[in-house]
Amino acid sequence: MNGVHDMGGMDGLGEVDPTPDRALFHAPWEARVLGLVLASAAWGRWNLDAMRHARERIPAADYLRFGYYEKWFAALVDMLVRRDLLTAEELASGRPDPEAPVRTPALTAAAVAGVLARGGPTERPGGRPPTLEAGRAVRARNLHPPGHTRLPRYVRGRAGVVTAVHGCHVFPDANAGGQGEAPQALYQVRFAAAELWGERADPNASVYLDLWEDYLEPL
Amino acid sequence: MHDAAGHEDHDHDHDHDPSQVPSDIALRVKALESLMAAKGLVDPAALDEIIDTYETRIGPRNGARVVARAWSDPAFLQRLRADATAAIAELGFGGRQGEHMRVVENTPEVHNLVVCTLCSCYPWAVLGLPPAWYKSSAYRAQAVIAPRQVLATFGVDLPETTEIRVWDSTAEIRYLVLPERPAGTEGWDEDALAALVSRDSMIGVARLPAAAGPRP
Repeated sequence: MNGVHDMGGMDGLGEVDPTPDRALFHAPWEARVLGLVLASAAWGRWNLDAMRHARERIPAADYLRFGYYEKWFAALVDMLVRRDLLTAEELASGRPDPEAPVRTPALTAAAVAGVLARGGPTERPGGRPPTLEAGRAVRARNLHPPGHTRLPRYVRGRAGVVTAVHGCHVFPDANAGGQGEAPQALYQVRFAAAELWGERADPNASVYLDLWEDYLEPL
Repeated sequence: MHDAAGHEDHDHDHDHDPSQVPSDIALRVKALESLMAAKGLVDPAALDEIIDTYETRIGPRNGARVVARAWSDPAFLQRLRADATAAIAELGFGGRQGEHMRVVENTPEVHNLVVCTLCSCYPWAVLGLPPAWYKSSAYRAQAVIAPRQVLATFGVDLPETTEIRVWDSTAEIRYLVLPERPAGTEGWDEDALAALVSRDSMIGVARLPAAAGPRP
């Protein structure tokens, strides 16, 4: 989706504040949101791409106003209801539906270390094999899917060069929408700053992105 | 409880006053945790364990160990270049948001800078949770279009002869910057070297100064 989350190259979003920031959490509730999001994911009702898309669907004005963990909280609440872990009535009242059975949590404290250590690898060796190789000139396609995508606006239509092949990875555009993992080749692609930013480009810079096969056309 | 996401397929809360969000967020989070715990959806002890993990065990000291090893052990550096995920796993680090690692090396000619323009992807397994500025809209917007100016705001002034490579974390590949080894550290052991490596130098917004004195 062409959302406000796709920020690369935008102006007017304030100044970078380089203040050294050693605090992991700026209030205790932020830490609880981190825990709630990770613990809720253990139910397997959504994948990483679906949760990212839930954050992207936060209305633009809220997205810009919210802090990081407010976005996480809003998207979590959205997904809990969408994926039937909570009802809208339970959310509104703050009380469990007395008719619903009490479950056993999907993630116990003892399981946390193992779950974090395993993570969620996205490489799928059996996916659609790569057709491009390092050194190949490519153009990012001019795609504007209304759903989730990891193809930023600032590279669409721009020419670059493949610099590495990462193997086959889960395709977020499909995975976020419940259409399966559809694994395909993932490439590291270098774009010269001048190709992306024209006269405003840094004279000696480039931007590297990791882009899936379906985002690219060979030149 | 209000749903700030305003999702499309459920009733919207039209009475919601957006100005209350910052002040009542703590209450809303607490209410959600209580509700989910009462339904058996989450165990608060598991939340405690997750938080404790990122407060005490997974953070930038992990990445500093990787950098110090790379500076000290040429064979490790070769393995890091060939398969960073496997090499980093030798030190016991990996997993969530570090499943597929790549290392990019700073040299006198090339400086690397990591960003995620689409959200805030970050190599948790080696750096822990991202700092506030990394998650900010301003950094996400500017790092790709004006990297030299962004670096200057962090006090890193690079001449135009230094090439800048910006890494936008658009997939599940996570990038760790390998900073240049500071001058004056010849013969230092890995512990002493690791103590010099800052989080910001591994994101690319800092360069490490020459060692100020003899090996500690």
